[in-house]
Amino acid sequence: MTTTTPQDLIPKTPPNWRKYFSFSTDHKVIGIQYIVTAFFFFLLAGVFAMIMRGELITPEPDLLDRTVYNGLYTMHGTIMLFGWTFPVLSGFANYLVPLMIGARDMAFPRLNAAAFWMIPVVGILFILSFLVPGGPAQSGWWAYPPQSLQNPTGNLINGQFIWLLAVAISGVSSIMGALNIVTTIIRMRAPGMGWFKTPAFVWTVLAAQLIQLYGLPALTAGAVMLLCDLSVGTAFFDPAQGGNPVLFQHFFWFYSHPAVYVMVLPVFGIFSEVFPVYARKPLFGYKIVAVSSLIITGLSGIVWVHHMFASGTPGWMRVVFMASTMLISVPSGIKVFAWVGTIWGGKLRLDTSMLFAMGGLINFVFAGITGIMLSSVPIDIHVNNTYFVVGHFHYVLYGTITFGIYAGIYHWFPKMTGKMYYEGLGKLHFYLTIAGTALNFLPMHPVGLMGMPRRVASYDPEFAFWNVLASLGAFLLGISTIPFLLNMVSSWISGKEAGNNPWRAIGIEWLVSSPPEHENFEEIPIVIAEPYGYGKDEKLTENMG
Amino acid sequence: MKRAITLGAIAIFLTIASIWMGKASYSWFPPQASAEAILYDDLFSILTAIGTFIFLGVTLAIVFNIIFYRAGRYDTSDGLPIEGNIRLEILWTVTPLLIVIGLATASYQTYDKMNLHGPTEIASLPQVIEPAYADTGIIAEPMTNVEVDSKQWAWVFRYPEKNVTSTELHLPVNQRAHFQLRSQDVIHGFYIPAFRVKQDIIPAKTIDFEFTPILEGKYRLRDSQYSGTYFAAMQADVVVESPEDYQAWLTKAAKQTPTPAPNQAASEYARRQQKEDSAGWKTVVPAPAPMVNYHS
Repeated sequence: MTTTTPQDLIPKTPPNWRKYFSFSTDHKVIGIQYIVTAFFFFLLAGVFAMIMRGELITPEPDLLDRTVYNGLYTMHGTIMLFGWTFPVLSGFANYLVPLMIGARDMAFPRLNAAAFWMIPVVGILFILSFLVPGGPAQSGWWAYPPQSLQNPTGNLINGQFIWLLAVAISGVSSIMGALNIVTTIIRMRAPGMGWFKTPAFVWTVLAAQLIQLYGLPALTAGAVMLLCDLSVGTAFFDPAQGGNPVLFQHFFWFYSHPAVYVMVLPVFGIFSEVFPVYARKPLFGYKIVAVSSLIITGLSGIVWVHHMFASGTPGWMRVVFMASTMLISVPSGIKVFAWVGTIWGGKLRLDTSMLFAMGGLINFVFAGITGIMLSSVPIDIHVNNTYFVVGHFHYVLYGTITFGIYAGIYHWFPKMTGKMYYEGLGKLHFYLTIAGTALNFLPMHPVGLMGMPRRVASYDPEFAFWNVLASLGAFLLGISTIPFLLNMVSSWISGKEAGNNPWRAIGIEWLVSSPPEHENFEEIPIVIAEPYGYGKDEKLTENMG
Repeated sequence: MKRAITLGAIAIFLTIASIWMGKASYSWFPPQASAEAILYDDLFSILTAIGTFIFLGVTLAIVFNIIFYRAGRYDTSDGLPIEGNIRLEILWTVTPLLIVIGLATASYQTYDKMNLHGPTEIASLPQVIEPAYADTGIIAEPMTNVEVDSKQWAWVFRYPEKNVTSTELHLPVNQRAHFQLRSQDVIHGFYIPAFRVKQDIIPAKTIDFEFTPILEGKYRLRDSQYSGTYFAAMQADVVVESPEDYQAWLTKAAKQTPTPAPNQAASEYARRQQKEDSAGWKTVVPAPAPMVNYHS
């Protein structure tokens, strides 16, 4: 039993909240800065969603002007991705990777801080775009030209301009972060930590950040070219001047589909960390699970046209990308079965993180099945751009990724703050969230099969029933964040002391004090065992327990 | 032995539930108003059945473990240190691989049978399977030819045979229909849920598109590719009728002089201008209501 150290280490430095508002180069401070900032944007974009669902509770466009609805749905999607999902996962990677691999910090701490501080800039630009004449961008987060190039105000500074600028800055920030994380993982693992002694979360972060490195330049370049079309009169994508609008779609999806894996892979990593701890068993098939992340990285680069099956793409291209897309379900399936294998016959402890991880797993299986349906060209021809797709990707982005993030927050909250959260409030949060998720996103599937397009501010009365349910679900999800926020704030202030390792988890991050000291380790750990030795009674490191 | 019986019983239950869901899936769609819709719903039913099997299988496995393998309140022991099982891992790699190869093949065949055309200028798939309409007594020639003009935010259908324009799409039943899709401004999506067909319309291009209506009735055509402020209002009615009724309609429409058709985007915009509504932001001005021989 190496899961507990005889004595809990007490951090020497007193807590100081001011450091979270400074240009700190400590990866742990930056990690928490990312997570908290991202959660603010999550709430903001969530409020946008609730206003939209308020409009959609009736078929007529009665609550909002259509332009306002279009601006809200554009900014909902944009902020949820560039303000919430990417940054919060960067936060986890920042906080956990150095601790998990036994490093004192990231490879480039100043680059790390610079990458973070671009996120508030991006967020402020998004918010400010509501104040310019003409309002924020109203072309969806895809910003397909030539619609996105229509600039009804005629101003140089318009919502779309600010949107493109912010997306480009966010791209640069992510490339900087990716460079840092990839270098850290490759070069700074503790002595003894070969690839097959590296935790699965670190593998998934590496796999995800490699995608950022090869994919983001395409999106960032596409955004800059669109910006030139919009503002200085080039015609890369404007068909009226001989440009090719479908080319933009290729630039966009070449990154933006792999981007889904940038977001979901670290969540797979969180699942792989959480299940063994609360099932008290080793991660089933750890090596294959680890390698399957890299297979996903490779395959994710050759699937992007499945977003364009109904676009200006010839039949042969549609069929080729159908095959590659279906193939990517195989490594994802390996992971799902491995998690079930991990849970199987264990000693399950249903703490809040375990509940969120299992809920996320079930939601992911559902999303995977609708994903396979969507990958089939003929099926996609009908449901493409309908609410079926909206339901599918919310099961991924909310049902899977946000659930995984919650699982991660509850799991590592004691490590990050040194305090325990309140289990009762956590469970309440879980049950409200899973009920809200089903009520909000499940009805989108039938209404999509019936033929309701996405991105509409009004719809035919035949779709009303399912839309009312979805709206109620959205409000429930809004309510579900209240116990979470209460729990986090009150626990951080006055929770019970957590000690090093309240979950008796195996991992280098659990061998140090909670919260860990600046620079994490006085002595760099020497790793001697695989990361998930539950039930095996072995030491993880030579010098730390 | 007992274990084999239990597993067998679970497999039978899963199979029955999956077949039932596959059959139920037909009721989730609008009417099957085209030859393509029949193919579509069959393929969707297969996918639903397989999906149900996998989803219920995984979910039941998790629920089973929650019920039977929960640690007691004061139980701090660990589970057995099982790190993997190569045979199982190969099984759950190869099985999904075979399933997706099967699904990809079935999907390809369905898509090929639908024979929708779409943008084919670069290269086209060899037609190896007889199109869906070949064995159903549907007339492939002469086709009904319709030119589709889309703009922010109106649909106009032109019948070159009689030089008729209309804001309502009329099609004769059981006859292959051929469309030439064009857009004057941004990308629009030509989408009729009852026919299960969709194609984006790329400006400055003409895209060929085909399908076969097989059920008389009135359906909705919706813009499916976001096209700006009044996107949601860009809809049109589709009337599928007997060839006789269709010809009568065409002849009658040809005699009418063009008048402006009602247009939701244009009228909403006019109302907004009158109200001087400050709630909204400046929008692209809708194209004027189209002048057509026939409107509903």
